[in-house]
Amino acid sequence: MLNSKIPAGPLAQKWSKHKFDLKLVNPANKRKYDIIVVGTGLAGASAAASLAELGYNVKAFCFHDSPRRAHSIAAQGGINAAKNYRNDGDSVHRLFYDTIKGGDYRAREANVYRLAEVSVNIIDQCVAQGVPFAREYGGLLDNRSFGGAQVSRTFYARGQTGQQLLLGAYSALNRQINLGTVKMYTRSEMLDLVTIDGQAKGIVTRNLITGAIDTHSAHAVLLCTGGYGNVFYLSTNAMYSNVTAAWRAHKRGAFMANPCYTQIHPTCIPVSGDHQSKLTLMSESLRNDGRVWVPKTVETAEKIRKGEIKAKDIAEADRDYFLERKYPSFGNLVPRDVASRNAKICCDENRGVGKSGLAVYLDFADSIKRLGQPAVAARYGNLFDMYSQITDENPYESPMRIYPAVHYTMGGLWVDYNLMTTVPGLYALGEANFSDHGANRLGASALMQGLADGYFVIPYTVGDYLATIGPAPVDANHPAFAATKKEVEDKINTFLSLKGTKTVDEYHRDLGKLIWEYCGMSRTAEGLQKAKQLVQALKADFWKNAIVVGANEEVNQCLEKAGRVADFIELGELMIDDALDRNESCGGHFREEYQTPEGEALRNDDDFAYVAAWEFKGENTPEELHKEQLIFENVKLSQRSYK
Amino acid sequence: MSGNMNLTLKVWRQKNSKATGKFVTYKTDDISPDMSFLEMLDVVNEGLVKKQEEPIQFDHDCREGICGSCALMINGQPHGPKKATTTCQLHMRSFNTGDTIVIEPWRSVAFPVVKDLAVDRSSLDRIQHAGGYVSVGTGGVPDANEIAIPKTIADEAFNSATCIQCGACVAACKNASAMLFVSAKVSQYALLPQGQTERYERAIAMVNQMDTEGFGGCTNTYQCEAECPKEIKVTNIARMNREYFNAEFLKDKKA
Ligand SMILES: Cc1cc2nc3c(=O)[nH]c(=O)nc-3n(C[C@H](O)[C@H](O)[C@H](O)COP(=O)(O)OP(=O)(O)OC[C@H]3O[C@@H](n4cnc5c(N)ncnc54)[C@H](O)[C@@H]3O)c2cc1C
Ligand code: SF4
Ligand code: FES
Repeated sequence: MLNSKIPAGPLAQKWSKHKFDLKLVNPANKRKYDIIVVGTGLAGASAAASLAELGYNVKAFCFHDSPRRAHSIAAQGGINAAKNYRNDGDSVHRLFYDTIKGGDYRAREANVYRLAEVSVNIIDQCVAQGVPFAREYGGLLDNRSFGGAQVSRTFYARGQTGQQLLLGAYSALNRQINLGTVKMYTRSEMLDLVTIDGQAKGIVTRNLITGAIDTHSAHAVLLCTGGYGNVFYLSTNAMYSNVTAAWRAHKRGAFMANPCYTQIHPTCIPVSGDHQSKLTLMSESLRNDGRVWVPKTVETAEKIRKGEIKAKDIAEADRDYFLERKYPSFGNLVPRDVASRNAKICCDENRGVGKSGLAVYLDFADSIKRLGQPAVAARYGNLFDMYSQITDENPYESPMRIYPAVHYTMGGLWVDYNLMTTVPGLYALGEANFSDHGANRLGASALMQGLADGYFVIPYTVGDYLATIGPAPVDANHPAFAATKKEVEDKINTFLSLKGTKTVDEYHRDLGKLIWEYCGMSRTAEGLQKAKQLVQALKADFWKNAIVVGANEEVNQCLEKAGRVADFIELGELMIDDALDRNESCGGHFREEYQTPEGEALRNDDDFAYVAAWEFKGENTPEELHKEQLIFENVKLSQRSYK
Repeated sequence: MSGNMNLTLKVWRQKNSKATGKFVTYKTDDISPDMSFLEMLDVVNEGLVKKQEEPIQFDHDCREGICGSCALMINGQPHGPKKATTTCQLHMRSFNTGDTIVIEPWRSVAFPVVKDLAVDRSSLDRIQHAGGYVSVGTGGVPDANEIAIPKTIADEAFNSATCIQCGACVAACKNASAMLFVSAKVSQYALLPQGQTERYERAIAMVNQMDTEGFGGCTNTYQCEAECPKEIKVTNIARMNREYFNAEFLKDKKA
């Protein structure tokens, strides 16, 4: 039933051949087609601009007050591209291989190869727009090695690559807005998908200022609405990032793929108290020069936690540089999932530091000795400043404390090679889809994927569908629009009638704790089963006891949050089901029952080399699992080893 | 974990853009110095919701000083007392227990209040619609390394490009001028080779839109630079003025 539409032929020629085989829309006809783009982060802004340039009528939506504020803005580290400007042996094939391997062999070969292939065009495009990437004295672009990659293929813009790339895409979008080819709706939240005869034909939105519920029709709908990491409440995502658009589309027939694949980033500033509203990422690049350690013994760690001694009082012999010890060849640069899990293990052994014991050290003392403080400051000064601003500690003098935090979601709406979901005419781009990162994403690859989808994939693939359905206008008076609008209004009224005793934020925090505990860095069947009951109880309680104040016809943050948290709760249950079904460990999904004797993730390729795509079957009904077998013709599956 | 800082907050409450607003006083006694300013407001809001009262509206999202959403006038200072710091990165340890803190929205005709502390800054977007881009379409562009840019120029352009579109410069200015913001945008493109072709049309279009939106003129008091969380320099304003005059000059010549 699931048809991934992967083109036939040799890997390196699939995309070229496919582009040739896709149907084209006659230039004179393009303006007869309306396309809705929901979300204007990297994926959405690049798609909206590119499609408008082609001549389509684009309506773009975001809940922010400006497209420039999308969560993409916060990306720090960089963006990969197989340019091989360093002459260090990089190639499209190597980027493809690294991404497949890094994803622990749970991604589609054809998609990943295409991603690597178009990566080179992205950098050209961004530079042409005026994106100020880091340069060398000769005036050419600089690169760095990132996230343990063996080649230098990461392009960056100080510590704010995301902002600069987004401003590039936003400028392209602005040009089209000015030309009248894109109509931009800001502070508008998509609350439902309208389907007619099973095809996506529009959306229902709420104006976040006036509360007006509107319907919009189109020939195709693109969801570029980002990831769902905030299901954990605490994450490095922006506060408003949420799953609502994707989840409501899921309930209209779009399958959700691999929801349990979430990425926990090893270098974040630890939680400081219950008031904590979000977590701050410290760029992965810190691991290039910082050494990760905890005290060797529980007794020493205990003294640290009580504040009786300080990190620098601990003798070299009493420190455990656990990543260097366990993984001598990669050391502190092991992939994110491995680094995170090992930090957790140390803290579970009661050797964690900081008041809470939920932290490990990231120590720059050796680098400062070797390179001198100014050199370290030149590399990481802004990160050190950010750290001291938040923690009030000086990382030049005492080691940073770090702990893993939720960062990215590899799972998302299932899409075929054309980025179309299981609902014809509905597409998903960027972090909102599941496509390219398998069970673990490599650093600097999300920005690449979002822009690849928006600039270089969707402009080709959407035309094929549009040419098939033809340019006849969508009937905006079709009863499906009024019916879906009514459902949205009813749901809002139900939320507004909740006058219980517990705030929506409290439910969100409870949900987050539960998912983090049982469906976070490591999982067991027993824990997941327990979590399923807990989340169901939480859901029942939410609909009885939540507090939503105010009315619909105004700015109402309680109402906005209630809708998003209700969807997170439902998603949380599906994540648990997905994690329970996957009786293996792979990438970010670590099931304690399945590990090698050395404690590494143990895949089961015979039984689990598939994408799990879940179909919604009705409220409070178990979802149905569909499996898309992953076929590897170009890489040999092997146990990842970073020893 | 809550803390033990006592604070009196005087917060601007305004139902919507048409309503008249007023200051409302809130007392809190469980604030930790480790909280960020916005987390302090979260605590107050949670308390209000528990009492079935409407929480205070304010814009925020990344809470990392990069999206430019947060925008509070704290004791008369945009983004509060700390230099080069956005509201979301300000921590309560910058205040003392017993303090009274006055919290207002940005005030400018070009930034109408949406609700409470949230304002409408779409005027800044419209200025960029008017010309804040290089007119290149997707595809068909040269290889990235065919455009060599001297590092000094690239770094200078980058400094201008770090603006987060928060609008503090406008809020800080007695004339509510948006010159610092607009000049940062104009400068980025004026400095880079990619921006040269449309250099002068861009300056005119953006400046004209800025005037249309109702922002005031610049009288060189430079409060904007002092309050900008990203330390955008007023040298950008001088550069934009040059761009604009050159552009007008060229336009006259053509005419
Ligand atoms: C702190 C941090 C640092 C990172 N650093 C890197 C890095 O260095 N390199 C890298 O490759 N990746 C990085 N990532 C990951 C990367 O930034 C994201 O995966 C990527 O930017 C997501 O882009 P997007 O366009 O898919 O979604 P987003 O940027 O999240 O955009 C979502 C858009 O959808 C809109 N939206 C959502 N729901 C609705 C709705 N219901 N109605 C209307 N609009 C809606 C929003 O308004 C927004 O415009 C980082 C992530 C974090 C958290
Ligand atoms: S110039 Fe500074 S104060 Fe003005 S919008 Fe940009 S970052 Fe904010
Ligand atoms: S919330 Fe993003 S800059 Fe403050």
